[in-house]
Parts: sequence; structure tokens; C-alpha cells
Amino acid sequence: MSGIEAVATDNKKLAVASQWQLVWWAFKKHQLAMAGLVVVVAFYVIAVVPGFFAVNDPAMQNARAAYYPPQELHFFDKDEAGNWYFRPFIHPYQLRRDPQTLAAIYTEDSTRKVDVRLFGRGYKYSILGLFETDIHLFAVSEPRQPLFLLGADRLGRCVFSRIMQGTQISLSVGLVGVFMSLAIGVVLGGISGYYGGRTDFAIQRAVEFALSLPTIPIWLALAAALPQDWPATTQYFMITVILSLTGWAQLARVVRGRFLSLRTEEFVVAARLDGASEGRIIFRHMLPSFMSHIIASITLAIPAMILAETSLSFLGLGLQPPTISWGVLLREAQNIRSIATAPWLFWPGFAVVVAVMALNFLGDGLRDAADPYNK
Amino acid sequence: MLRFIVVRLMWMIPSLIAVSFLAFVLIQLPPGDFVTTYIATLAASNELVDQNTAAELRARFGLDQPMMIQYLKWISGILLEGNFGLSFEWQQPVSELIWERMALTLVLTLSTLLATWGIALPIGVFSAVKKYSIGDYVATFFSFLGLAIPSFLLALVLMYVAAVKLGQDVGGLFSEKFVNSPWSFDKILDLVAHLWVPVIILAVSGTASLIRVMRANMLDELNKPYVTTARAKGLSEFALLIKYPVRVALNPFISTIAWLLPNLVSGSIIVAIVLSLPTAGPMLLQSLMSQDMYLAGAFVLLICALTLVGSLVSDVLLALVDPRIRLE
Repeated sequence: MSGIEAVATDNKKLAVASQWQLVWWAFKKHQLAMAGLVVVVAFYVIAVVPGFFAVNDPAMQNARAAYYPPQELHFFDKDEAGNWYFRPFIHPYQLRRDPQTLAAIYTEDSTRKVDVRLFGRGYKYSILGLFETDIHLFAVSEPRQPLFLLGADRLGRCVFSRIMQGTQISLSVGLVGVFMSLAIGVVLGGISGYYGGRTDFAIQRAVEFALSLPTIPIWLALAAALPQDWPATTQYFMITVILSLTGWAQLARVVRGRFLSLRTEEFVVAARLDGASEGRIIFRHMLPSFMSHIIASITLAIPAMILAETSLSFLGLGLQPPTISWGVLLREAQNIRSIATAPWLFWPGFAVVVAVMALNFLGDGLRDAADPYNK
Repeated sequence: MLRFIVVRLMWMIPSLIAVSFLAFVLIQLPPGDFVTTYIATLAASNELVDQNTAAELRARFGLDQPMMIQYLKWISGILLEGNFGLSFEWQQPVSELIWERMALTLVLTLSTLLATWGIALPIGVFSAVKKYSIGDYVATFFSFLGLAIPSFLLALVLMYVAAVKLGQDVGGLFSEKFVNSPWSFDKILDLVAHLWVPVIILAVSGTASLIRVMRANMLDELNKPYVTTARAKGLSEFALLIKYPVRVALNPFISTIAWLLPNLVSGSIIVAIVLSLPTAGPMLLQSLMSQDMYLAGAFVLLICALTLVGSLVSDVLLALVDPRIRLE
């Protein structure tokens, strides 16, 4: 591991470093993965407190702001003497109607300026349902002036705020779904790899079968079976269960591979000769030695879950409005006429792509860093 | 070799039975049945159906029997007479509705498979040979991007660009005048002219992962002594690459059919719905929404069977190419 020697020039430090320290040192060298880590952390911070980053109430409709175009945020302004100084503001838009078609026409009023304040006050929201506040990252100084950074949709709802709110559902579906499939995968893969023989054969055939099935038709059929009038939380839970039903096979295969290769290692044989129980061998000796691998596989499985939820909701069989997820938001962009009038409805898709890419980079870096034989 | 194929074929049987049962259970899952949906639709237009008529309808479609009997009737009809049952919604035998759509799905999937290989192979070889060059970085970046973009989003963006910037409609697989016409040479040409849009959209994500597989395989081979020997003999760099390392690196390529095919089929369903292609996707979605169970079941069954056959083909091909696998 040449990278680690560069970081830890002191060989003594390297010799006593724990496995996690070694992984962290190798990981830090991977620039794309570090960038991925930063983006992923940022996304999960948004997922915890979406209300703080939102500008408008994501559920609020505004008939006078249908298809409101995105507003540009200006950061610098000129004073009378002609010097630039920092002052975030926006130009408000004026709504007119086309006399013939009555379609809304928005024109920028560049003579007026509305200040945007950091940590200003806006609508009330609750943080994880624990306490309420109305402080936002930024807010307009005149409450009656709308601020639509990424425009508004058909019903005049703020696209930016809805993307922030959707982060919570979209990213947590991935996390919850992966942990469910991990639970199935670790149990089945562990049994398969540890015992071997006939059990292994049977479980492996099941895994191969699960992997050879196309997932979308099965998800569609399962999701279509869910009653549409279930409460949002039940629906959310069922969707994650459906997604993990097909996601476990890949993880089971990874876990089995690690168990098979570790089973004959000296330290496992030593533990067995010492009279350690099977549970102790598995959980105390084997599991920690491939924990980092499992974490890398999980990271690589989350983006697949996010894409799956997005696709299902987009087709109208996943989460249902008023629940907000990126897939639900993309349904607004489903027909060619609405995206022709409001191309900014694609922004939730941009969020999906960035989140998935960051998670892929992070997972790739983790996998490389967790491999002790990687040069 | 023959033994390998026979054993592999025998393994298909339990898988197919499992798939058929799965398909049937899936379509049985929704609460209520087609008659419930049918009555609800009639009630929406102020037509009332009494209990007796409903029971009569159920008896006629065989919906009042236990599930196992319904399954056995269904599967034996398919195996013995090729009869997939009746579509409640279309009031037509399912087999009349699905074959053309399944054939078009197959055409779409296979063309995508070929396109994926055609794009991924040269790019993968290139980025392995010119490792850490600008071209390699560009290819790596795009393959990550390709993995991250959901195919339906790509379809939407392409539709937007075509409609707004170019003023064209990219949906569908045929021009208007060919949609209902019988098959002819002109119609096939028309299909080819329309097919490339969904093929490209679908090929993107598969290409992305294949480029990385190909690159890794090539990098393993390029440093081996036989490559140096060939170079020392004075072979041109191009002939050398094609003749030795690419051939060896191709081996794992064949095995990708097994995992690429389920992904392609899944992706093609969503893209077909967005672009409203006359393939299995839109009709499957529609039949699931209206609980037209025999139609949906036939689609799920055929699509799953198709991918199982695909993985069988890839196993056999792999055994043909690589003798080590046969002997295992």
C-alpha cells in the first residue's frame, strides 16, 4: 500500500494502525471518492432538515405562479459611486396575460430589487417532528414577493423547495431498502457460505434465479397490488420492502464469497480449535474482517435503490402524491407539453443524477480502500 | 459438451415452473379481481350491476375457484394449446394481443444488446490501451454518468430536445402510415429508421458498465508475456491487439448476456412507456392498472422466460468458448 506509506511516513504509526485507520488513509488518497463523500454528506444533511434549505412551503399551491420561471439570484450590487458590494437580491417578475390565449407571461422587472437574507424567516416547519422553527437558510425580505430559484410547477409550487423536501424520502428509501436486503442477504449468504454443501447449492440456485429475473415487471406487478388509499407511511414501507425483495441476491452473493474464502483461513481454524462457538466464530472473528467490504457493497447498492424508487414513482406505481420524492416530482415532467413550457421541471432529475453519481464514486473508493491486497 | 447442454436444459425446467407460479401469484395479489374493477367502471357511468350478475361473470371467467385450480387450468392451457386465456379488457384471446408486441420487444432488446457491445468493445479496448490518457478519463467520466442517469430521464430529455429544438416527434416505432399496415419491406425499413432512438437510450447504461468490465479485463491481459512476445516478433500494434488480448478479454463479455438481459428488459419497459412504443411495456402497465390478469400474467411469464433463455444461451456460448467451464 504505497499510499499509506506516503501518508504515514512513520512506520511505527502504520504498524499499530487499526484496520479502519488503514482504510481511511487509503480512502483519502482517492480524490473522486472524497468529492463523492462530501456531496453525499451534503445530501443527507439536506435530507435531515429539508425545511431549513427550502424557501417556500413545498405543499403550498399558488394559482398566480403557475409555471413561474426560475429567478436568477444576484450576489453583487453597484452603489452610487460605482463600486461593487455584496448584497444578494432578485428582480421580481410581473405577471401579465396574453390577451388572446390568456397564457401567463412573466417579465423581469429589473428596476426593482428584493433583498435575500441569510437565515431569514419564512414558513413554519418542524425538524424531524421534534420542534418547530421558521428560520431558513435564506428568505426574501418582503414576505409577499415570491422567490422561485428553480421555477414553479403546474400548480405554482416551488420546484426548489420540493426537491429539498424530496431528498428526505428519496435518500431514505435507498437506505432503508438496502438495510432490509442486507438483512436477508447476510443471513442467507452467511448460511450458504459457512455451511457449504447442499445448503449452499440450494441457496445459490435461488440467488441465481432471483438475479436472472427482470426486476421492473415484478416491481410493477407488486406495486400495482398495493391499495392506492393506504396511508403514506405504510405505502412508503411497502415500497421499500418490494425494492429489497429483489436487491438481496447481489448482497447474498458477496457475503457468501467472503465467508467461503475466510472459512479456511488460519485464524478461523485457530478459533475453532480453541473451542469457540459457531456464533462467536462468525460474529467475533469472521464478520469484522469483511465488514468494510460489506459497507462498500451497501454504498454501491443504495444508488440502485434510489433509481428504482424514482422509476416506480415516475410510472405512477410507487409513492403517491402528496408524498414528495424525486420520482413523484418527475411525474410532472411526464408529458412533452409540460416540459416544453417548463423545462425546469427536469431539475429533480438532475438531483437524482448527482446523488447517484456521488454514491457510486463513494462506493468505488470505499471498495478500493477496503481491499487489503489493492496496490 | 452435449452432456453440459442437457444438464443445463434440465435446470431450466424448475426455473420455468417457478417463474410461471410467480407470474400467477403476482397477478392474483391485488385485492379484488377484474369483475370488481369492471363493476366500478360501470358504476362510474351510472350503470348498476347486481350481485347475481357479478357472480355469473365470476363463474364464466372461472374466478370463483380456488387459486391452485385456476393456476393449473391456466398453465395447462398454455402448455397444451398455447392458449393464454382471455383478456377481460380487450375481450380477445391474449395470444392474439401479445405476440407482435413480444416480437417487437425482442427486436428492441437484441438490437440494444448488439449496440451495447458495438459501442462498449472499442471504447473499453481504447481506454485500456491508452490508460490514464485524456480519452480514458473522458470515457470513465461518461461511463459513470451513464450509470447514474435513469433511462426514462434520458428518454424524456431526448424527447424534449427533439420536440422543442428540432421540431420532431421521436415517440413510437413506426411512421403514421405504417402503424396499421401489414408487414412489408417498407415497413421494416421504417422500423429500422425509428428503432435507433430507443436503442441508443437503452444502450447507454449497459455500455457504461461494460466499458469498465472490458477495460479491467484488457488491463489484466496487456502485461502478460505473450503480448510482449508478439510485439517482439514485430506484429503491428493493431493486429497484435485484435489477435491476442482482445480475444481473451472477450471471454467474460459473453457471460454479460446473463446479467445484461434482465436489465435491458427492465429498462426497455420504462423507456417504451415514456416513448409510447408498441412493445410489451405500455400494455403490461395498462393491464396491471386494470387488473387484466391473464394479459399481465402472460407478459410477466414471457418476459421472465425470455431472460431465463437468454442466460441459458450465454452459459452455452461460454462453455463453447472456454473449455474450463464445461469441465467444472
